[in-house]
Amino acid sequence: MGLFGQGILEALRLLVTGDPEVWRITWLSIQVSATATGLALLVGIPLGALLALARFPGRGLVVSLVNTGMGLPPVVVGLFVTILLWRNGALGFLELLYTPTAMVVGQLVIAAPIVTGLTLAAVQQVPEAFRLQMRGLGASSPQMIRVLLLEARLPMLAAVMAGFGGVISEVGASMMLGGNIRGQTRVLTTATVLETGKGNFDVAIALSVILLLITFLVNWALSVIQQRRRE
Amino acid sequence: MRRPLRLPRARVIFALWLALAGLLAASPALAQSHVVILSTTTSTQDSGLLDVLVPLFEKRTGLTVKTISVGTGQALALAARGEADVTLAHAPGLEKKYVEDGKMSNRRLVMYNDFVIIGPAADPARIKGLPKAVDALRSIAESQSRFVSRGDKSGTHVLEQALWAQAGVEPKGAWYLESGQGMGQTLGIANDRRAYTLSDRGTYLAFAKRVDLPILVEKDRPLLNIYSVMEANPANGPRVNAAGGKAFAEFMLAPETQAVIKTFGVDKYGQPLFVPVAGKRDEDL
Repeated sequence: MGLFGQGILEALRLLVTGDPEVWRITWLSIQVSATATGLALLVGIPLGALLALARFPGRGLVVSLVNTGMGLPPVVVGLFVTILLWRNGALGFLELLYTPTAMVVGQLVIAAPIVTGLTLAAVQQVPEAFRLQMRGLGASSPQMIRVLLLEARLPMLAAVMAGFGGVISEVGASMMLGGNIRGQTRVLTTATVLETGKGNFDVAIALSVILLLITFLVNWALSVIQQRRRE
Repeated sequence: MRRPLRLPRARVIFALWLALAGLLAASPALAQSHVVILSTTTSTQDSGLLDVLVPLFEKRTGLTVKTISVGTGQALALAARGEADVTLAHAPGLEKKYVEDGKMSNRRLVMYNDFVIIGPAADPARIKGLPKAVDALRSIAESQSRFVSRGDKSGTHVLEQALWAQAGVEPKGAWYLESGQGMGQTLGIANDRRAYTLSDRGTYLAFAKRVDLPILVEKDRPLLNIYSVMEANPANGPRVNAAGGKAFAEFMLAPETQAVIKTFGVDKYGQPLFVPVAGKRDEDL
């Protein structure tokens, strides 16, 4: 198909010639989404482990909320966080709107429930008997959590993949929170929308190919780790 | 008896959030009086004009511009809420209303180009060459020929609605499609559906290669597409950067900037996309 061929050629050309604009956009996409995923792990892993192990009234509701959060529409997150970050919004004094930081916040809100939910599932799949045995042997709670997280580390790589994959490919929140400002907050997804709007379909396809390449490379690397550890 | 989890979890979570807050606070975006938020329309961005002008402004003033490209309706609404400092828009009627309401001030003309009505070469509504855009729309409605509207409160959509009102037609029915998207996507839909649509000439030229809908009606006075710059009233919100907004407005009207506008697009389309008109009034055009 002509247009796809053109787009893929264009992608190769942009990458090989080291087009500075494309590299900047690509690098910012990676930075923002990696930071958001990292922070989501910081929040989501302890929270997921906690939810997997603790028993408290209302736990069922919290778990349902987390599971719902795993499918939060990015555009809704974008809208709500934008309103919070508006100059006249509750957090307006931070003056964060239209910065990469704002995009990180939005993506964190999207990724944190995904990581939490998948951690919860990963820890819960460790057999109950194993937990009872550990407690029987006198393990303290922090020790237990550590062992369980170690035990669940392979399934939790899935949480990293899903979290990163979810945020690097979303466009709704990044568009609203970043504003797609050239040289400041333009990332691969928002640039793709823009180039499509301009009618530069070959460039749009090229950017899409780069985005696919990144998600593939990240997931490939993580899969290699996952499979190797399993052997 | 031990409860299953008594680690100092509250403290751990608190520390995490503290770390997060620290990260946020350490972000470089804090001192922002040097940041100007420009709310503008998608057409100015899609044309590539701002990619040329904004770096010039930043170099000259040391200010940083954040360009938010949205429909004209939203561009004005953002500035009226104090979420933007200066607006570049192309819906004179709507703009004047915001000025009257005291939300915007100092509205001044920057440049113009024009709108064209395009459609399938077969021209089922027989509008080709009609001198009046209003008559063309009336024919389209009467013949129930497909028409794609932006439907997004953009400057283009506002003009289109005004033309329908003048034609005495309330556009609805299966022939009237609302894309809710930018001009580029709307042209794509019109092309695909062999429909009529209203487009600014700049975007149409940019898409000429991919859209084979010829220009059928043009050069009618109401089809002038006039861009104006106006500043947000500092009373719109506590953080309006009035000085920065004013600086950008002045920049758009400066002779050197107007000279850049005058030749913009020649290299790519063989003709300029905009005519600079700083200092003129709506009536002069």
